[in-house]
Amino acid sequence: MLKSLSGRPDVPQVCVPVGSAPFPVPFASGLEYVPPARGVWNIVHVGMLIPEAHQIFVCAPGCLRGVVLTAAEMNASDRFSTVAIRESDVLEGGMESLIIEGVTDILNRLPSRPPAVLVFTSCIQHFMGCDLPLVYRTLRARFPGTAFADCYMTPILRKSGLTPDEMMRRQLYSLLEKRPLNSRSVSLIGNCFPTDESSELVRLIRESGFDLKDITLCKTYAEYQKMAESFLAISCCPAARAGGDALEKRLSQKHRYLPLSYSYREIEQNLHRLSGALGVPERDYSSAVSRAEAALRKARKVIGGCPVALDAAATPRPLSLSRLLCEHGFSVERIYADGFSPEEKADFEWLRKNRPEIRLYPVSRPEMRVLPRRTPGKTLAVGQKAAYFTGSNYFVNVVEGGGMYGFDGICRMAKKMTDAFLHEKDARSLIQMKGLGCDGCR
Amino acid sequence: MKQASCFLSTYAADVSGVCSALFELGGMTVMHDASGCNSTYSTHDEPRWYDCNSMVYVSALTETDAVLGGDETLIQEVAEAAARLSPQFIALAGTPIPMITGTDFPAVAEILERRTGILSFGFPTNSMNSYLSGAGMAFRALAERMVDRAAVKTAELSANILGFTPLDFSVNGSAESIRKRLEAGGFRVISSWAMGSSLEEIRRAGRASVNLVVSSSGLPAARRLRELFHTPYVVGIPYGERFSEMVVSDLKTAAYTGRSRVSYAAEPAPRQPETAVIGESVAAGSLARAVCAETGESAQVLCPLETCPEIFPPGGAEAPSEEDLAESLKPFKTVIADPLYRPVCPKDCRFVPLPHEAFSGRIFRKEIPNLTADFGAFLNMLSTK
Repeated sequence: MLKSLSGRPDVPQVCVPVGSAPFPVPFASGLEYVPPARGVWNIVHVGMLIPEAHQIFVCAPGCLRGVVLTAAEMNASDRFSTVAIRESDVLEGGMESLIIEGVTDILNRLPSRPPAVLVFTSCIQHFMGCDLPLVYRTLRARFPGTAFADCYMTPILRKSGLTPDEMMRRQLYSLLEKRPLNSRSVSLIGNCFPTDESSELVRLIRESGFDLKDITLCKTYAEYQKMAESFLAISCCPAARAGGDALEKRLSQKHRYLPLSYSYREIEQNLHRLSGALGVPERDYSSAVSRAEAALRKARKVIGGCPVALDAAATPRPLSLSRLLCEHGFSVERIYADGFSPEEKADFEWLRKNRPEIRLYPVSRPEMRVLPRRTPGKTLAVGQKAAYFTGSNYFVNVVEGGGMYGFDGICRMAKKMTDAFLHEKDARSLIQMKGLGCDGCR
Repeated sequence: MKQASCFLSTYAADVSGVCSALFELGGMTVMHDASGCNSTYSTHDEPRWYDCNSMVYVSALTETDAVLGGDETLIQEVAEAAARLSPQFIALAGTPIPMITGTDFPAVAEILERRTGILSFGFPTNSMNSYLSGAGMAFRALAERMVDRAAVKTAELSANILGFTPLDFSVNGSAESIRKRLEAGGFRVISSWAMGSSLEEIRRAGRASVNLVVSSSGLPAARRLRELFHTPYVVGIPYGERFSEMVVSDLKTAAYTGRSRVSYAAEPAPRQPETAVIGESVAAGSLARAVCAETGESAQVLCPLETCPEIFPPGGAEAPSEEDLAESLKPFKTVIADPLYRPVCPKDCRFVPLPHEAFSGRIFRKEIPNLTADFGAFLNMLSTK
């Protein structure tokens, strides 16, 4: 699988043509490198979406460091506190008391009592068998006016069931209190960004007379709580799917997973599924398809044969986007991803058959640290990691799909690619900011 | 509760200290952790990450490996990566879960060294101590295993500078300025640990007539070099004209007498100072002494980090928790500290920001002053704020 392409015998390079790559994990696991592209939201950014909530992390100081500075960089330190675990807490026990008394002390010292507290525990509590139900029972009894959400910073469990990101997006809605369902209210869940108002998905909901709720639009805790009344919860991001299932189970909301896709067929199927769930007639999207086709043609005319590189942090469906671009004449040359969602199997097979020469690069393999970060000529990058690894300042600064959805999303992506191709950006500065688009992020 | 912080940040951890200390030396450092430590280190603790291709990785520990005992996986993956990337040395550093599972890092390093033929270190860090502890371990290991034991002392005055990491000195030219100040004082600088020196320079460190310790993290290496080469050391950072002269003078005295000393401890403890300096022992002690030397105004050091009696500034106080610190700060009219300490300072005090990368990370990096090159500007700020 390893192939030396760098021309420097002392610097092995790792990449594999899509035609011979295994799916869904093209690269062996092992030591990992982290590139300085930081736009993807972490659990602190996501947790801050609950208005007025306070976060308390109970971890080793080294684990606290990243999250406390995330909050500081967001100018949100006033919504963030910590309890540091010391060696004696691990060696002598008493973890439950540490959490209970630490959280109590913080809540008693805060200038005002928040309506909700997200308490994050870590790998340590998991390994010590900490009695978390006891912890939360006690806290809820001590602070009856405050809602407590159990949240987790447990990267060691990332391959054991739900990932930390999936758990966070599930727990984000765990504070919603059951109330009567409103048949005119619909929630979009699990996104970091509001979905574009011009998207067919949002328009279908709004134009059909439904009230659309989204945590990214909530300004108060009371507004957040109103999400509990939605009869329908829609998730588009794979990491949000477990959260939707939990809402269906706990609040009896109907959950529909309508994944972000760049396939016309899948987009249309998703929109029709939404129509069905809303109980409204299916719409005709032929004009939306025409607009997407025109947008791609226009972009292709400007971008021409310029090599295109994409990464898997830019969108949950990098292979679907690659296929769309290839089908419309773009020169996709590189894809940066450690692995792919099984949902992308069909797109992978298409690329394997039709564009087997496209090179897949890992993001985290150790060799990526020392690989020259440049390409022979201009490269248009889609995503921060693609920009970093190709050394390109011509890039679409986007993570997690950027709120673009459907045919409208394709039009917007085509426009962003054109703009990125024409206008150089300062990649070095832009990609190092944490939490792209997060309120207050520096 | 001592461990609860409502408002304050936390210092970089020992595992970051190891990585930071070894960053420029061509080795491969592996944090034995699931994930997260690498991101924290590269984002908040390492300003050289974007420009310098130092090989710092995470082992990507999984629950299965931790439960079933995956040391062999770690050894194999590190050995494979080392075979491909040919580092000068290998360093392993621990985090909380390996501490819980009892990973024996020195033993793992020994196996790695035998298997790869590459000199290997194993540091039992656990992310529960500060960067000073980790960097201190790393520098001591360099003294122990990298420095040429057959070194012959130089004929002229010469020095190593011990304890440089960007966590304490950022990347604003401070390390270069300190080096120049010593050269201006008549010293040949053999090596500076570990910013701006190659591993080859560090190998020659035994030749120096004296060592300058510029942070607590440099002390373990200084002690070991004294044992190995009888090299005395001086503790202090040359800030301000007068205190810098004291440091240089102390270095010469130490070189001639063989006696180590702490430059900022020369004066008695200040009486009822109105100014507090929050920070790492050596930096805060040097700053307090330098301010006093230039203005006659004394200051008390409040130290929230690990320290030891030998280098603790006279009259200083430890302040390991947010509550301790808030209480200790009450009598002071002026506080010099990292901006993220502002929330626990008395509301009516004069706050003089002095960003410290080990505390606030990259947030105020552009505002971190080079106090060796431009102490006057800091004094102006202190007097006019």
